[in-house]
Amino acid sequence: MAELKRTGLYDLHVELGGKMVPFAGYEMPVQYPMGVMKEHLHCRAQAGLFDVGHMGQVILRPKAGMAALVAGFEAMMPVAVEGLAEGRQRYGLFTNASGGIIDDLMFANRGDHLFVVVNAGCKDGDIAHMRAKLAAVAEVIEVTGRGLLALQGPGAEAALAALVPGAAAMRFMDVISADTGFGELWISRSGYTGEDGFEISVPDVEGLARALLALEGVAPIGLGARDSLRLEAGLCLYGHDMDEAATPVEANLAWGIQKARRKGGAREGGFPGADVILAQLASGPARLRVGLRPEGRAPMREGIELFDQAEGGAPVGRVTSGGFGPSVEVPIAMGYVPAACAAEGTQLWGEVRGKRLPVTVAPMPFRPSTYKR
Amino acid sequence: MMKYTEDHEWLRVEGDLVVVGITEHAATQLGDVVFVELPERETMVATGDEVVVIESVKAASDILAPVDGEIVEVNDALSDKPGLVNDDPTGAGWFFKMQLDDMSVLDAFMSEDEYNDLVG
Repeated sequence: MAELKRTGLYDLHVELGGKMVPFAGYEMPVQYPMGVMKEHLHCRAQAGLFDVGHMGQVILRPKAGMAALVAGFEAMMPVAVEGLAEGRQRYGLFTNASGGIIDDLMFANRGDHLFVVVNAGCKDGDIAHMRAKLAAVAEVIEVTGRGLLALQGPGAEAALAALVPGAAAMRFMDVISADTGFGELWISRSGYTGEDGFEISVPDVEGLARALLALEGVAPIGLGARDSLRLEAGLCLYGHDMDEAATPVEANLAWGIQKARRKGGAREGGFPGADVILAQLASGPARLRVGLRPEGRAPMREGIELFDQAEGGAPVGRVTSGGFGPSVEVPIAMGYVPAACAAEGTQLWGEVRGKRLPVTVAPMPFRPSTYKR
Repeated sequence: MMKYTEDHEWLRVEGDLVVVGITEHAATQLGDVVFVELPERETMVATGDEVVVIESVKAASDILAPVDGEIVEVNDALSDKPGLVNDDPTGAGWFFKMQLDDMSVLDAFMSEDEYNDLVG
């Protein structure tokens, strides 16, 4: 097994009592002494600080003007890149020739370049993919020497504004740069918890992390709570709730495909898997990712098979993420089911330890998100 | 008197019954418990049978019957308050009570000092 990598916050995690586990090739804190449940609730009530420095930060610097880069990047995904204003960020999805999801990502228009954040487990592949597809139009530069922090929760704005006053005026998906004693910060008002908050690319990541943790109400949060927070928010985890076998439409991410790229749009198609994806948008996918609410208290975790009858028959679907939602105080899950079983309120059964337990198709997010629009 | 197993269960004699739960060490390792599936009352079990399933925020774990005997009582409070396992593992967080044919089998288990040596 390859040696695990560490982020710039490894020593701080250990100092804070973080329980370190392997994740996407990195040694990361799954929890701190507070524990997963309390960390989750703390983030929803105050502010949580997450080390997301394992994720890939990439600059796309145009070789022949931004327009050519924008067109080239747009050809990699069913998402509108053209029209994204300077200082704004958008959710993107790389697709393959059959419409499957190679990775999901965030990209920002930072004036003279695009700034992209990709999943840790996919970053080497994503960078190679971008280098191959964008060779003529962009230099693809993996950003090193910077950490990435997420500060999430109702107290995030006040905490970051104490160090960076300009942060308070940002809206959801705005991006700014800010000169600070920790180096030039690249801040976006976004995150992956369903809470208002920020993601911050920073040269002196330990300095900024310590300064934020010294503020009232800011606590370090591990990967365990990050997972339950994003599950309550109905957000997909790559490699679990989506992968190369699922299209954005099947993954219930069609909201990420702007009108311009759809049938009849100004820049219809022209992305990998367009034939499959446009057909699914027109006539509906055969299967769909849905929210699932087990009726009892037993959690239904990833891998649990779903049935459309209480006894007998073959499985119709599978849970892709599931557990207990500390804020909603009930078990929650998501998974793929046939279109015929995807309507809210549909009764299904999940097989837990040999017993079929009732579960209902439920709307997501399980808890309303609080983004600052 | 408390006795301890290598699976981090405790056994406490209460009259002619034995109460079974998990140790504080085990509860801490498991993390926040969110669901406990208890056995039926009046079930005969053999040592090593999976009798309880505990779901924490992290994963599911099985609790095994520490001895042969009959489950005569279960802690129904855990259905609504599974967190009792974390809050009070050796008190209100007990799982079940067993009737044994032969209480002398308890002599084979660890004392508190021996268990504390095991978990350091």
